Amino acid sequence: MGQTITVTVNGTAHTADVEPRTLLVHFLREQLTLTGTHIGCDTSTCGCCTVHLDGEPVLSCSVLAVQADGCAVRTVEGLSEGGELHPIQQAFHENHGLQCGFCTPGMMMTALGVIEQNPQASDDEIREALEGNLCRCTGYQNIVAAVRSAADQMARS
Amino acid sequence: MATMETKAAGGIGDAVLRKEDRKFVTGEGRYVDDLRLPGMLHAVFVRSPFGHAKINGIDTSKAEALPGVHRVLTHATLPAETGVLSASNPPGSDVRQPEQPLLARDEVRYVGEPVAIVIADDRYIAKDGADLVLVDYDPLPVVCDAEAALADGAPLVHSEYPDNAAATISHETDGFAEAMQGAARTVELRVVNQRVTPMPMETRGCIGDWQQATGEVTLYTSTQVAHFVRTFVSIVCGTSEAKVRVVTPDVGGGFGAKLNTYREEFAVCSASRAVGVPIKWIEDRSENAVATIHGRDQVQYYTAGVDESGKVVALKFDAIQNNGAYHQLLTPSISHLTVFMVPGCYDIQNISIRMRQAFTNTTPTDAYRGAGRPEATHGIERLMDAIADDLGMDAAEVRRVNFIKPEQFPYSSSTGLVYDSGEYDATLDEALRLSDYAGFEARRAASEANGKYRGIGLSTYVEVCGLAPSAVTAAIGIGAPGWEHSTVRLHPTGKATVITGTSPHGQGHATSWSQIVQTELGIPFDDVEVIHGDTAFQPYGLGTYGSRSLAVGGVALYRSLGKVREKAREIAANLLECSVEDLEWTGTSWQVKGSPDRAKTIQELAGAAWAASSMPEGVEPVLEATTFHDPPNFTFPFGTHVCEVEIDPATGRIEIVNYTAVDDCGNVINPLIVDGQVHGGIIQGLGQALYEETVYGEDGQMLTPTLVEYLVPSAADVPEMTLARTTTPSPSNPMGVKGIGEAGTIAASSAIVNAAVDALSGLGVRHLEMPMQPARVWGAIQEAKA
Repeated sequence: MGQTITVTVNGTAHTADVEPRTLLVHFLREQLTLTGTHIGCDTSTCGCCTVHLDGEPVLSCSVLAVQADGCAVRTVEGLSEGGELHPIQQAFHENHGLQCGFCTPGMMMTALGVIEQNPQASDDEIREALEGNLCRCTGYQNIVAAVRSAADQMARS
Repeated sequence: MATMETKAAGGIGDAVLRKEDRKFVTGEGRYVDDLRLPGMLHAVFVRSPFGHAKINGIDTSKAEALPGVHRVLTHATLPAETGVLSASNPPGSDVRQPEQPLLARDEVRYVGEPVAIVIADDRYIAKDGADLVLVDYDPLPVVCDAEAALADGAPLVHSEYPDNAAATISHETDGFAEAMQGAARTVELRVVNQRVTPMPMETRGCIGDWQQATGEVTLYTSTQVAHFVRTFVSIVCGTSEAKVRVVTPDVGGGFGAKLNTYREEFAVCSASRAVGVPIKWIEDRSENAVATIHGRDQVQYYTAGVDESGKVVALKFDAIQNNGAYHQLLTPSISHLTVFMVPGCYDIQNISIRMRQAFTNTTPTDAYRGAGRPEATHGIERLMDAIADDLGMDAAEVRRVNFIKPEQFPYSSSTGLVYDSGEYDATLDEALRLSDYAGFEARRAASEANGKYRGIGLSTYVEVCGLAPSAVTAAIGIGAPGWEHSTVRLHPTGKATVITGTSPHGQGHATSWSQIVQTELGIPFDDVEVIHGDTAFQPYGLGTYGSRSLAVGGVALYRSLGKVREKAREIAANLLECSVEDLEWTGTSWQVKGSPDRAKTIQELAGAAWAASSMPEGVEPVLEATTFHDPPNFTFPFGTHVCEVEIDPATGRIEIVNYTAVDDCGNVINPLIVDGQVHGGIIQGLGQALYEETVYGEDGQMLTPTLVEYLVPSAADVPEMTLARTTTPSPSNPMGVKGIGEAGTIAASSAIVNAAVDALSGLGVRHLEMPMQPARVWGAIQEAKA
């Protein structure tokens, strides 16, 4: 019934048995207890579960754990290093880009993908790129400011 | 924007960055689905696929035979003393309270009503099991529309109520009829405030953990009102309130959806008792769409009697509220809040109100951000534009003619409220200036030259918030008081712990409350910890809703800090060998007047009070104080929002090109947090205005059960906003604060609709209903042109 997979998550290789139907998000949350990645819908619409799979933002609710076999996954828990916040984390904090915090991990992972692909993104381009990540608290204005600020910070460093 | 220097400040009024953020940006936030208890099993609810049906029988045998399924519980096997209870009984309304069992007994009355619980090793197996529960239904006729439900011959939601009437609230002032008769002209308007769904990004969820040996039960739940939940769990499950502990972990948004006590919360406790292990239930999004309360759903008929100056001399308001199939915690009181705010910020002393509430075969409605006040504001603000249109007046001018004037405060409204303060012209002036209202016609002409329709719309709102004086909640039939609790505890090392009865879920209370402590007691922001969300250690707290946290809970904190400071003064006088009258407060210490070298810091006094070796006669050890603050009145934030839109006639798509909000929430603790609340509030109002609608089919099926059909706006769908404030301190509390959590939502929808109607007014369009999705707007354009 189970299938053995090896997934490198935030730099650490994990080998585990999973049911073939297990979603990557459930594998991360339930088996690896990495609960920073959240689930906000069941239709791949909200973006809360966004992680990076081999460097690309993906919805971990729409990937089977077995599909991630042999891949590298980066989650919100893998952003900060040595106790230092990643620029995207720092920017969300400094711009009040979060309120309840539930969408924040997925939002940051998508935003990081945007910045990596288009470091010069305009506000309109940032908004378009974040279209798949819903936030019910902030009205997005401070999120856009945070992403812009993080992009500037990352370009400088 | 926050800077390093403001970050270092940390007192009242500073844009200090939130101390809550770090755990959320690192993924260390701990929401209910992140918790796991030893031996925990998982629950999935079997729910009605019909809007209305008789249950002939339930066969659980196939589900129970599935490996990994431990138990399937139904109404017959799930123990409960009562069903879900409503705390809302508006006096004189003939309110009906239908029984709402935890699991349906012999009839289901809306799609999503829970029928059985499957308990299994994990959620996947529990879902497999739920698919195997066979329920034998006989479908019955359904009615989902409230006006249809109140019509003769409508299908009955509850057979014992032969008219589907849930409650009726009526109110008329003396002299109304004469005033209406004497009006120079009348303006009529029908406004639909459509049903919407709160959709916090975290759905609901809970874990029930019933200790078999002691009878103690712990419920971890995503809620705004932990103590209400505890009280109700004890009643519904039939156990001592003292044995119930409710823990609120991090909560991923609420917006009123979690200001409630739900069947699932009781059911997991009862199921844990029956099965003997902790049981977790996490709501799916599509389940949330039917199992968690909806908001709004009110149809309003306005008749305004107006004189030639545009002054409203009499107002008739006849409305129908869709309550859904049952009454949740506050359902019948939500449209009561609409009733209170019918006149808005206008001096309308002759009023006649009827609010009929109907049962339908839909999910119950209850508090959703603004809760009754957005409905009132949207309607009266549309009406003001209709009056301006009728008289050929400017929309701002008709508002000025009707405003309650500054010298009229405190102002007794025709609906029984006393507005404590207001200066409505000030926010209007500032909003008109910031939005360049005067220059609008040139911009309209420029848009028209580009083939677009351009419009500008106003919303001048006032809201009643800071819920609530307990005498008032009792008088309006809400079975809960409105006070709030705070405890301030100083430790021997001079650090402080604040225990608050508020229940933050994004509002940043830990930050704002720390700022209040720094200013009032001189203990640095970083030395303050704010804790909440566990009924085991907290005194009773009423929670977070109704824009009450600062105006009631913050004031409770302020009063506790004052008590601590005064106790510290007595101890300081004893240590400094002087009288208390000889001491002055420096902001961080008590010192002998004019003698900075003879002083004791608050931290030193905290240590001395703990050591207790040199206490004044009759003074107890330790600096700690508790306050239960019952507010003497509500607070009344107000403001003006101006929206400017461009409409593409080819598609009907509305683009918001400018949005300006000038709000007055009194004194501000943290401008960063206030702006964030306004941003989010506006976008929720915008969501209702442009995109969101919860739709039922004729057969009672939910047609918007996921975020694919139900359109929560994304970053790409919303504009940048320009915010500003005026400051009129509330005289109702010593801090001069009001509330700001709901203001944006209350104000926004009418500003946006007024702008769109204005854009199309040249075509003869006089009204648009929400949501103004492109097809509806395009249709209105075609109809007007035909």
